[in-house]
Amino acid sequence: MKYYFLKRIFLVIPTLIGITFISFLLLKALPGDPAQGLAGERTSPETIERLRQELGTDKPILFQYTGYMKLLLKGELGRSYYTNRSIADDIKEKLPNTLRLAVGAMIFSVITGLLLGILMALDPGSIWDRIGQVLSVSGISIPVFFLGLLLIYLFSFIFQIFPPSGMGNGSILFLIMPAATLGLNSSAYLARITRSSLIEILSQPYITTAKAKGVTKSGIIIRHALKNAFIPIITLIGLDFGSYLNGSVLTETIFGWDGIGRYAVEGIFKRDYPVILGCVLVGAVLFILVNLIVDLLYGFIDPRIRHRTKA
Amino acid sequence: MSLSRKTKKSRAFYYSLTVILLFVLVALFAPVIAPYDPLAINLDHIKEAPNTKHLLGTDTIGRDVLSRIIYGTRVSLFVGISATVLSLGLGLIVGLIAGYYEGKIDMFFTMIIDLFLAFPSLLLAIGISVILPPGLISVTFVLCLVGWASFARLFRGMVLSFKENTFVDSARAIGCSNLRIMFIHILPHCLPVSLIAASLKVGSFILSESALSFLGLGVQPPTPTWGAMVSLNRCYLPSAPWMVLFPGLAIALAVIAFNFFGDASRDMLGQDIKI
Repeated sequence: MKYYFLKRIFLVIPTLIGITFISFLLLKALPGDPAQGLAGERTSPETIERLRQELGTDKPILFQYTGYMKLLLKGELGRSYYTNRSIADDIKEKLPNTLRLAVGAMIFSVITGLLLGILMALDPGSIWDRIGQVLSVSGISIPVFFLGLLLIYLFSFIFQIFPPSGMGNGSILFLIMPAATLGLNSSAYLARITRSSLIEILSQPYITTAKAKGVTKSGIIIRHALKNAFIPIITLIGLDFGSYLNGSVLTETIFGWDGIGRYAVEGIFKRDYPVILGCVLVGAVLFILVNLIVDLLYGFIDPRIRHRTKA
Repeated sequence: MSLSRKTKKSRAFYYSLTVILLFVLVALFAPVIAPYDPLAINLDHIKEAPNTKHLLGTDTIGRDVLSRIIYGTRVSLFVGISATVLSLGLGLIVGLIAGYYEGKIDMFFTMIIDLFLAFPSLLLAIGISVILPPGLISVTFVLCLVGWASFARLFRGMVLSFKENTFVDSARAIGCSNLRIMFIHILPHCLPVSLIAASLKVGSFILSESALSFLGLGVQPPTPTWGAMVSLNRCYLPSAPWMVLFPGLAIALAVIAFNFFGDASRDMLGQDIKI
């Protein structure tokens, strides 16, 4: 068990190095001097000179990369061109908001996705199943930003139930629409995977046994079938965290949510390169860490997985 | 699966194929179909609701929304399809090499594939987009760079299993070169799955293209794109919803068609793949 966890954690290191290397290449590819790029235009010449020395811009590229890594390890992501604030501090400030939105989206997608999936699996081929299939393909196909605008139009302007944008000091009313927007896509995927794994499991002999014993239909679904469908479902929930990071860029912009997604978009509009690259890097690292956590969870849930790697 | 369900599946196949072909025709014959010049500004007719002269209304500077959507089809389909073809090609080649040779070569390519898959795709696309001059070619290139890895992983896995077949041994026994075995003997077996994976990918690329356009990183104005139409007019949503709703619906419809087509052809071919 320990072996599995250690091995999985160890495997993350090369990926993290690769990611920082790609973000370093992107930084190098920016127009102008990377030291200038990291420091911003309003910085004093001494700071730029110090950064240039730390980055070693006159030295070979691998040397420069180690300099960049040293900066990263110190938690230094550079400064914004415009506000001259530390990007690492900005991200630290905005990350909790993004996480709150992501958790909201996850709760929304798990509840709606599981319910729709179970409803579809109960009677494959029925009218509910077909409606569910159309709903889930539409949910996968609708662009996040369009869905957000539709919800604002319907629920803020026509029915006037929810506020169109902002965070409202943490009021749940402000969270509902952004969370639904961000979560709908993965809710649709979740419904599909729940449906297909449930249908497969429901044809297993042990389900027949349970039926013969006289277990009720809801008992079979909840206690016998769902438990075994959890592995693909949890994989999906974990992987979807990455799509939340993608989606949060658009969702936060539309709903005026003060998280790192909107921060990145403001960076794009202002061509504030260090901000954009900082967000890309932090996003990728978060994504990898979440995937790592999901993998470790597998080990807890399914003993076959943690023992397989030993052999 | 009962017969009636099978025909229903193939019905979905033909419906979605029809919609896709319609989109392709609209893109090809945009100048013939479009009632107005998509760039023609007409300040006497701004923000007009849909009417008989302008079926889907006009935008803030009097351009015809329908004509702009028709021309926007060109960008979305071109980027979606060409990025898919390019990333599929790259993914096939890398997947074939990695799966066929195993060992160190495989490890090297698998590492690169995993690295690209480790980035959230839209974030990576944004990161690369900001350093490139914006335009049709850049968007296609960026999406290809973001998308090839999932194809490569898919084909690597397939090649690994095909390689165990006896037809590969016999080909080797009669003296076929590695290249010949890879491209003449193994490659054709990957093609049905390529078709399914590709049509699902076109949908996701159209979505990504519209997201990049929405963020101002796609094909630049004045060229009409669906994503930019939604983005630039979104503050008029309460007063002139047609400027936002119709381009958004166009994106959704195109993506739905490609996703249904991919799903239906997967069911018809009986392949179980994920991309």
